[in-house]
Amino acid sequence: MSRSFKEAAIAGIGATEFSKASGRSELQLAAECAKAACDDAGVNPQDIDGMITFTIDNNDEVNLARCLGVKDLAFTTRIPGGGAAAAATIYQAMALVNAGLCKNVLIWRAMNERSQYRFGQNQSTSGGYTAAAANGTGSLLWCVPYGAMTPASWAGLSAHRYMQKYGASNADFGRVTVQQRAYAAKNPKAWFFEKPITLEEHQASKWIMEPVLRLLDCCQESDGGVAILVTSLARARDLKQPPVHILGATQSIPYNVEVITNYYHDDLTIMPEAHGTAKRLYAQTGIKPSEIQAAMIYDAFTPQVLMQLEGFGFCKLGEGKDFVASGGIALDGALPINTHGGLLGEAYIHGINSMAEGVRQVRGTSVNQVKKVQNVLVTSGMAGAILSRD
Amino acid sequence: MTTTSNAVAPTRIPPIATTDSKFFWDAADREEFVGQQCGDCAQFSFPPRPMCPHCHSLNRKEVQLSGRGTLHAWVIPRHPAPYGFAEAPIVAVIALEEGIRFVSNVVGVAIADLKPDMPVEVCFEATMKDHKVPVFRPAGARA
Repeated sequence: MSRSFKEAAIAGIGATEFSKASGRSELQLAAECAKAACDDAGVNPQDIDGMITFTIDNNDEVNLARCLGVKDLAFTTRIPGGGAAAAATIYQAMALVNAGLCKNVLIWRAMNERSQYRFGQNQSTSGGYTAAAANGTGSLLWCVPYGAMTPASWAGLSAHRYMQKYGASNADFGRVTVQQRAYAAKNPKAWFFEKPITLEEHQASKWIMEPVLRLLDCCQESDGGVAILVTSLARARDLKQPPVHILGATQSIPYNVEVITNYYHDDLTIMPEAHGTAKRLYAQTGIKPSEIQAAMIYDAFTPQVLMQLEGFGFCKLGEGKDFVASGGIALDGALPINTHGGLLGEAYIHGINSMAEGVRQVRGTSVNQVKKVQNVLVTSGMAGAILSRD
Repeated sequence: MTTTSNAVAPTRIPPIATTDSKFFWDAADREEFVGQQCGDCAQFSFPPRPMCPHCHSLNRKEVQLSGRGTLHAWVIPRHPAPYGFAEAPIVAVIALEEGIRFVSNVVGVAIADLKPDMPVEVCFEATMKDHKVPVFRPAGARA
């Protein structure tokens, strides 16, 4: 018997405030955002029966389930790859619901990533690498002895060939930040609410990785939690919010591609994982780039935004800079992106906050609402989903 | 190949040797630049791994690499200052003659003189704990 695999929907989203010092435990952040997502949906948290997070989330499933009073957890799973997991959580939640294994799947990511530890600092000194740890973190161990010790160093290095080939400049990257900070400036939840920047300010910010990344090309470090509740489309129609249909979702990790220390695949001027995700997602849903009205694109660092715009077919290879410079990602452009301000402007909750903005755009409740939204792409490089109006 | 060390105690952090990469770092300590080649189908693989992805052989050979390559991409880490470097290093992706890529440093050249695809050759620098790591300098230059 054939199956449509189009039966899952997002029924609720929830978040804590986004800050630099939450003043409470990561478990409390997780519990608060999970409760908020359930309240948004009108689902009793005790009825959650599936739980999904990132492998690197510090919160234990049982501890969180205990907070929420979950009666009987049927399925738990975790996704590797740092922020690449963000959209993959939706993919796996969709699969669980489509398979009939769970009714209420909770996705969460909660962290004190500014006050308790910092991803952006040198990874050689903060606890130290061990051989065992290095085995699980891609090729970091091949970088650290050479002074490439931060996510910015790994991402910057992986974007330099692209700059050389297409003549993209740091100012071209800066235009992404300028637009996203304009969105954040109107978003009361954003850390950079009412703080837009100019390209001149971007160009005056200090080099982080010369000549690729300045400070304002890098995402924030943030404390906070975001949760998403996934259920069936049929059940979602009976809940509080208009359902956000997960029209399709997928993942793609092509040969020799890895997260961030990504120097070993054939062509460093593209992101093969974005191309692979796009190909599979468009085939799965029958949707074309021209049928997508807004996109939430993983923006830990600005160059990868351009490479993902190209990978998902919104412009041709090498033309991401022109797409952005001509206003393509503005609210009246061909494809508004990261309308909450993104990880650059709103907060760095490892990409899950961008998934939530995708939901708001479909519902019509974004502070920077795009007109006539039917389909929204949410992507975190190695995974993506198309969220649609019911 | 010569070591570009001096009298000052090295501050670069030592490499992290895993079971599958130990042969590489052991060779570097001897100032040898080696790679993994499949003992059956002769394909090179990097990073090293227990199985050949082309023919699935477990027959790994450690072979001397030419030490020659080109500068594929680079960045200068300005902030935070990388631990163990008095001056910001040039972090680079080197495209090796053998068709594999290697992240390293380029030494003995001014940042302004870096050119895409410029030829480079291996040399070695000392780290803490008495180890050495392969780095690269412009081809034909004397360290």
